[in-house]
Amino acid sequence: MSVLTPEPSPGPVPPKLRPPKDSPQRAPQIAARRAAAKAAWLRRAGALVAVLAAVLATIAVTAGPIRAAGANPTAAYKRYLMVPLTSVNGVVEVLIAATPLLFTGLAVAIAFKAGFYNIGGEGQFLVGAVGATAVALNLPDAPRPVALTTALAVGAICGVAWMAIPAYLRTRFGIDEVVTTLLLNPVALLVVQGLLNGPWRNPKTGFANTIEFSGSYALPRLFGTRVHAGLLVALLLVVVTGVLVATTATGLRLKAVGQAPGAALASGIDVKGYQLKAALISGGVAGLGGAVQVCGVSHQLTESISHNYGYTGIVVATLGALSAIGVTLVALLLGLIGIGAEKAQVSLHLPSYMGEIMSATLLLTVVAALVIRFWRPRWWKRLVAKGGAS
Amino acid sequence: MTQTLAVLTMMLTVATPLVFAGLGEVITERSGVLNLGIEGTMYLGAFVGFLASGALHSAWWGILVAMLAGAAAGALMGLLTVTVGVNQHVAGIGTTLLLVAACNFVSRLKSSGGASEQVPKLSKLFGSTAVIGQYPLTYLALFVVAPVIWWVLRSTGMGLKLRAVGESPEAADAAGVSVPLTRYLALTVGGAFMGLGGAFLTVAMLGSFSLDIVSGRGWVCIALVIFGRWKVWPTVGGALLFGFAEGLEKQLAITTTFASVPNELWLALPYIVVVAALIIWGRGVRYPGAYLKAYKRA
Amino acid sequence: MTVSVDQGGGQPAEAAVPLVRLVGLTKTFGQLVACDHVSLDVKPGEVHALLGENGAGKSTLMRCLFGLAKPDDGWAEIAGKRVAISSPGDAIRAGLGMVTQEFSLVGPMTVTENVLLARSNWGPLDVAGGRQAVVAAAQRLGVEVDPDARVEDLSVGERQRVEILKALVGDCRLLILDEPTAVLTPQDSAALFTAVRRLVAQGMGVLLISHKLREVLDIANRISVLRHGRLTATVDLATEQVEPADLARLMVGAEALASPEFVEATGLDVIHPHQDGLFLKTEVDTGAHPVPVLAVKDLRVDGEARPLLQIDHLEVGSGEIVGVAGVSGNGQAELGAVLCAIKAPDAGTISLGGKDVTALGPAGRFEAGLGRILEDRKASIAPTLSVEHTLVLEDIEAFKRGPFLNRHRIRRHAHKAIERYAIKASPTDPVGTLSGGNMQKVLLARALSRRPRAIVASQPTRGLDVGACEFVHDQLKACAAGGAGVLLISEDLDEILLLADTIVVLYEGRIAATLARDDADMATLGLLMAGAQPEAATASAASAAPAAGAPSAAGEKEVPA
Repeated sequence: MSVLTPEPSPGPVPPKLRPPKDSPQRAPQIAARRAAAKAAWLRRAGALVAVLAAVLATIAVTAGPIRAAGANPTAAYKRYLMVPLTSVNGVVEVLIAATPLLFTGLAVAIAFKAGFYNIGGEGQFLVGAVGATAVALNLPDAPRPVALTTALAVGAICGVAWMAIPAYLRTRFGIDEVVTTLLLNPVALLVVQGLLNGPWRNPKTGFANTIEFSGSYALPRLFGTRVHAGLLVALLLVVVTGVLVATTATGLRLKAVGQAPGAALASGIDVKGYQLKAALISGGVAGLGGAVQVCGVSHQLTESISHNYGYTGIVVATLGALSAIGVTLVALLLGLIGIGAEKAQVSLHLPSYMGEIMSATLLLTVVAALVIRFWRPRWWKRLVAKGGAS
Repeated sequence: MTQTLAVLTMMLTVATPLVFAGLGEVITERSGVLNLGIEGTMYLGAFVGFLASGALHSAWWGILVAMLAGAAAGALMGLLTVTVGVNQHVAGIGTTLLLVAACNFVSRLKSSGGASEQVPKLSKLFGSTAVIGQYPLTYLALFVVAPVIWWVLRSTGMGLKLRAVGESPEAADAAGVSVPLTRYLALTVGGAFMGLGGAFLTVAMLGSFSLDIVSGRGWVCIALVIFGRWKVWPTVGGALLFGFAEGLEKQLAITTTFASVPNELWLALPYIVVVAALIIWGRGVRYPGAYLKAYKRA
Repeated sequence: MTVSVDQGGGQPAEAAVPLVRLVGLTKTFGQLVACDHVSLDVKPGEVHALLGENGAGKSTLMRCLFGLAKPDDGWAEIAGKRVAISSPGDAIRAGLGMVTQEFSLVGPMTVTENVLLARSNWGPLDVAGGRQAVVAAAQRLGVEVDPDARVEDLSVGERQRVEILKALVGDCRLLILDEPTAVLTPQDSAALFTAVRRLVAQGMGVLLISHKLREVLDIANRISVLRHGRLTATVDLATEQVEPADLARLMVGAEALASPEFVEATGLDVIHPHQDGLFLKTEVDTGAHPVPVLAVKDLRVDGEARPLLQIDHLEVGSGEIVGVAGVSGNGQAELGAVLCAIKAPDAGTISLGGKDVTALGPAGRFEAGLGRILEDRKASIAPTLSVEHTLVLEDIEAFKRGPFLNRHRIRRHAHKAIERYAIKASPTDPVGTLSGGNMQKVLLARALSRRPRAIVASQPTRGLDVGACEFVHDQLKACAAGGAGVLLISEDLDEILLLADTIVVLYEGRIAATLARDDADMATLGLLMAGAQPEAATASAASAAPAAGAPSAAGEKEVPA
């Protein structure tokens, strides 16, 4: 190892490659750097234009059905996007609605970033809720800090366990994780239903939900509103994940694994190991989301503990471009649309499903627009070639 | 004995939508495209079939309209994955979410809170006779659709071109086959069958529509196709296996020896059986050569 | 060297209208002119060979003819009539058939199904008719084929035969063969040429693309030479005497080397690379037992038909640049992949500075002091990773502070690299948006960042403009001057002659010859790369005039395989 020096420096450089600072050869270098910066700006602007075009397309597509349902589209969009934010209560509801999406969106983003298609967020969420419920029902008298920590931890562990089977099957046998994660979703729902109809059925009311958890299992409220500390946990996780991915060696390797597994392998990175770890962490985050939801919002386990959060998490992760900031913003946006849709259902008699239609359409138009912006029709190519040759 | 017959009767009925939708997915994946919109397309077929059958006062017309709706959904997937070139997983999940939400939206508009209505439905041939007393669609699926698709895939020019596009689009292109057109056709025809599978659930079986009408059967079809190695008869076999598991759990659930076992465990059994089938038989599976790969002539 | 122009008078009676005539075909890719107003024709009953080295434009020309690419100028005539071919379907209908290097066959399907693919409509398949057609075509070709065998079960030679059968069943009048013997054993090659002679005797025309001089002289009636997209000569073997050396010179263009444009563009006179004195090799004292920085022993990579690479012994000393020359497909890709730890060899050892690193992966070899520049730029990077992160991807451990990336150090490293290597980008730009030249500079900076003792550079200047090429060359020379050993694998003879101290020529996976730089010149290397014997090569290169008597082709033996 005698040749290795700590300071990276590639050998002696012939003098003609290092022009002095004021020499006329510096100018083209500075100009080139400016050109590169301009190109970067153009790229970002291009992406922004594509997203805006997609938003307009979504509005165009959804306006028709809204009108057909007997509502005014402009009024509908206002209700969806603006009205909930005009009152404190509205903002509170949006934040509560966004919290589970933060968890599932983050979970999906972590997995997708490593190239592992986790479509089972729904099941992991449900299983996490089950785990927390099990703790709450069996240790009702524990003091609050112990109670909450245990419940959330068990929820996360259940999520990891639910993901373990698909993850193992993929890494060991190469079995497609899309199918295995998908199939476990209905099974998770059946687990919930089985428990609720059986041993956990409410003895007092006879309905298919558990008894209410004891007070020590309720996540503390923030600022005297109904917003619960789960939001803080979610935001903390998102921020920590974002920071870790951006600033640690592990994060850098993860990005390489997800984008170019061949190049990562060629650079000596353990691709399979990273994918497995990312998958398990993803399951844990989704499970934690379920645990938080049951301890912070419903305080009991019901069949409808999850409103499609797992699948919506895929929308959040994809639209958020798998980044921490993106996931946060899109989760808040979809939470906003969700609350707005409920309100519009009451005031405009517009079924709340329009909110889901909007999110799904937005997903499809945005991903399509981002691909279309790279299309170069033949007349464009000829134009560029002529400009270059002259 | 009657129990066995009951199980077999159930098996054929439950398997029918899976045969239709599963074969639709086989056609699509054989051309190289994964269609995760299958769950949404089945849901669409179920809902549209229900609506159309009620509006046109005829179960068969309802089924036909449902097939057209399924074909349209397939064309949407084609637009996204073939023409634009979006990631196939995202396109499929997005399509499923969109179709399910759209159906629920219209459903809520039509019957705000009312009880689910009944529409004209098919009646079984041979009445309630065990095993052979099935809906006409079941006979159609097993004795007409499956053999025809099997024959087309192996013995016609259309099937040959489809298989070539799915294995090696470069070779197909060099031989003069239009890769985009073939994939669009596969998605549209496959979508029509998926819609038919969904329509069977409402129009043939139940005569009504509910939110959990499909409950993951589309995903089961995806697994069945892999389990069936993208071939027609093994996929049909997988559908029958799932149907058998479901028939079995329904029978076992009502016998007293197993009454203590929760119902949901039985309901989960078919899905677990499919996962187990994948573990046993789904290893080292050889995917179609062009699976998940978009093709643009270089 | 005479250029023959097809004119009337003295022609044999069968010289009818040519099967195919290309007139002024031109194709450009942006700034690069791949084909420059190429005109040639193929008559029925003849084998017309298209000779040229890599990048000469042969494959592009054929793709234009076959409808896989659209020419910017020029047209094609079939049997005297001008045609527009815009897809492979059109080409097949016009009577053309093409066998490419990557076979267009669908593996899991049978021979008959593959043959039927281009010829069937939507309805039921006529399998029996297809089988008959396959058997009939096989008879024409003079080979045995099982129509129901699955293509993926066939050997490479058999698969090529199926490709030819496809063309025959399609009533093709002109068969285009693109480097057909690249993947064949000598026996299969001989069988192929026998079949070709049969077809030609039946009145077909064959357009053969090749870089192998010996086989071209063996089989062709006429030879056209392409260099840098231009047709430099068309030779009719029936009427003229041709030496392999002359063909080699036409292929690689020895006369062009001393042209003033070339000298001005690169600033270097290729004949005397050390002329300017800046890059004189320093005398490195390696002590009593000089250990080569990079050594390879008994290395073997197996292929389907024959070993793709079989090297008994190859060494790079400290301060030495060893250039590996050869036409693409003769084992260079495998050598690069094995040395860079992308692929494991089927036998043999690789050692760095005396230490056996065969079992080590990329990280281990990096630690052992190997700098790698991989052949495929695009496959070495993750496109949205920034420039600064790409620079440290192989060596992340050195840029960490605890678990965190040391951003300051990474940024400083990036700035240094950008400055030193004149990379036109900022450290935060996604590396996928860089031009080819700048991307290569980033990869170069990465490979050289830890002052490696050995460098393996595979096609380092592929697709780069002149300025970037010059830069890479300067860097490699500087490394060697500093004591590193460089193994340069390149298809560009100019580059090898410019940089290397020792030149190794690979032919069909083996070392055909090892020459010192002073013993090598374009013509010699061209002959070696095309499979000629070293002694015959130096003999023909030395003689200025073509040898009298029988063509030297008859006197040459195949390099022992």
